[in-house]
Amino acid sequence: MLTLLESLGRHTRLTFTKLGRGSFFFMHTLSGLGSLLLRPRLLINQLYSVGVLTFLIIVISGLFVGMVLGLQGYIVLSDFGSEEALGVMVAASLVRELGPVVTALLFAGRAGSALTAEIGLMKATEQLSGMEMMAVDPVRRIITPRFFAGFLAMPLLAALFSSVGVLGGQLVGVGLLGVDDGAYWSQMKFALDFYDDIVNGVIKSIVFGWVVTWIALFEGYDCIPTSEGVSRATTRTVVNSAFSILGLDFILTALMFGDQ
Amino acid sequence: MQRTSVQDTLVGLFVAISIVALFFLSLRVSNLDAYATGGDTYTLIAKFANSGGLKAKSAVSIAGVRIGRIESIHIDPDSFEAVVTMAINRRYNNLPEDTSASVFTAGLLGEQYISLEPGGMPDILKDGDQIELTQSAMVLEQLIGKFLFSKAEENPSE
Amino acid sequence: MTVSHSAASVAPLVVIQQLTFSRGNRKIFDDLSLAIPRGKITAIMGPSGTGKTTLLKIIGGQLAPEYGHVSVDGLEVPRLKHKALFELRKRMGMLFQSGALLTDLNVFDNVAFPLREHTRLSESMIRTLVLMKLEAVGLRGARELMTSELSGGMARRVALARAIALDPMMIMYDEPFTGQDPISMGVLVKLIKALNTTLGLTSIVVSHDVKETCEIADLVYVIAEGKVVDSGSPKQLAESQSPWVRQFMLGEADGPVKFHYSADDYTADLLDDAAAKSSGLLSKPAPPRHRSRYRR
Repeated sequence: MLTLLESLGRHTRLTFTKLGRGSFFFMHTLSGLGSLLLRPRLLINQLYSVGVLTFLIIVISGLFVGMVLGLQGYIVLSDFGSEEALGVMVAASLVRELGPVVTALLFAGRAGSALTAEIGLMKATEQLSGMEMMAVDPVRRIITPRFFAGFLAMPLLAALFSSVGVLGGQLVGVGLLGVDDGAYWSQMKFALDFYDDIVNGVIKSIVFGWVVTWIALFEGYDCIPTSEGVSRATTRTVVNSAFSILGLDFILTALMFGDQ
Repeated sequence: MQRTSVQDTLVGLFVAISIVALFFLSLRVSNLDAYATGGDTYTLIAKFANSGGLKAKSAVSIAGVRIGRIESIHIDPDSFEAVVTMAINRRYNNLPEDTSASVFTAGLLGEQYISLEPGGMPDILKDGDQIELTQSAMVLEQLIGKFLFSKAEENPSE
Repeated sequence: MTVSHSAASVAPLVVIQQLTFSRGNRKIFDDLSLAIPRGKITAIMGPSGTGKTTLLKIIGGQLAPEYGHVSVDGLEVPRLKHKALFELRKRMGMLFQSGALLTDLNVFDNVAFPLREHTRLSESMIRTLVLMKLEAVGLRGARELMTSELSGGMARRVALARAIALDPMMIMYDEPFTGQDPISMGVLVKLIKALNTTLGLTSIVVSHDVKETCEIADLVYVIAEGKVVDSGSPKQLAESQSPWVRQFMLGEADGPVKFHYSADDYTADLLDDAAAKSSGLLSKPAPPRHRSRYRR
């Protein structure tokens, strides 16, 4: 029993220590913004590997999620005779919740784990150490471009997800199930407020982008530089990202939508 | 560091498509254009015995067309009526003084809004004026009560 | 960059005094003192695990000593502020054991990396310099290859070209000969010597390849148990009386570095097992938990 408490205490202390290290790491990352703006090439490269390569999975997932929403939404709404509200339901679910959250989860799984593995491998093969010895700050050179690429890419990807999802919902609802096309769009426009829904959704995805990219990069930077260490770090990225996304989502939703 | 121009093109394409998606969401999915045309508003007040399901940001319409929204609702401390403050688009600044405001329900899912019916008086409502003629929201229990009462009147019990 | 032959430059480039450094409970260096003379090739040798790589990291400022002085070209390394340390590092080249080339760049870009990061030279200027450095190591024709396409020896040569890209005043070689075939080893030996002479560098070679290192070293330090056990020219060490040096230079299996890992009495151990087995009470002792070197 005592050892259980002891390990719990130790674990908590280690978590706080890690959080502290991660915060210093984050501030160090941010300090590289100035030099990054002088070399946009680095950012473009990272935007490619983080954004463009995640594009396909986001679009396909968005389409399917939208289609499922259309189908399920229709089934539920037809009980109340309110099929015309399908557009509202699909769009609101996507823009407020599913767009930012699912995109963030997919991003963490695809781009986040790739970032962790890449950084971890660089650490294990002494590339980061080598850079230090060449008087190049590895954080500013390697980490900062990747961070801002992820930070920028996330809201863009979430917007893509939501848009494609709305179209997917239309495909199923209007195309297959016979909901009126005009009603689908007009009710949606009436019910969704730009500031309350779109902007809040974008804010959410910005926050998620920041957190997921930070976790991915830090786990890679902080990992034990062996092959086992790198694979463990990759797993931790995905798991910790998922927890953070869902936890933050609750907090943000409560703050943004709670007063209605 | 492959500095291929293919990479650049794809990144540019990615960013462009995403921005298009953002515009799509803003304009086609939500009501950004409503804001775009009508940032300028003026204030009108209306008092209701029962404001029903009205809340801030609920719509204010004339003939089914949205011309503004509700800013806030609070209670008049003396008469205990609901005081609704509305922000009306300045484009519609020729509402007669005897315009009436009623609380209606849009669709079956029950979202309520204020519908204004213009009267015929020459004087127009200005910023800060109060709409005198109001019709409160229908409360289900009162409706049922009325219905039962009128039914009872029709068939007096023997 | 060039070594002037005035009396002032006779002062050693790197001076280490009373260095003490521990990792965890283990004392890696205990009151270690040595001096690296300018313009010469100095070798630091010793059995595995004596922390030779750690020494290079301390000289380069990546690790801080618990106690002692480490000065490079008159500057106290542990005391240097961030910016000054980075400036100093530009004048030091380091060749890592694995080469530590950046895997997403090809050979040319790897050698050009320090030039692009630290100088504002035009691309054509950089191209000239890179080709010159690659020519010096004999790999000018391989400049388009990706890192993964290089053999171990070639990777080290590219890393060497990168290390001299900024014309440093000294180069540190971390186990350059380990795991190389005889030809690559011969190439590296020739290169280290040639570069040292033509560029007037100070070279520090950390190695345990006795034969190769002694071919080129002007001065050798043998480190064991955290201290310098002997030093001198290779010829002097061959005649050394220290048991450490003799075991190391001659490659003897047993000596100050014991053959047997410390264990209990052999007979007792065997009998213990046999007795326990026969009475059926044999319980396997718990295997030692794997303690990774990197465990924090």
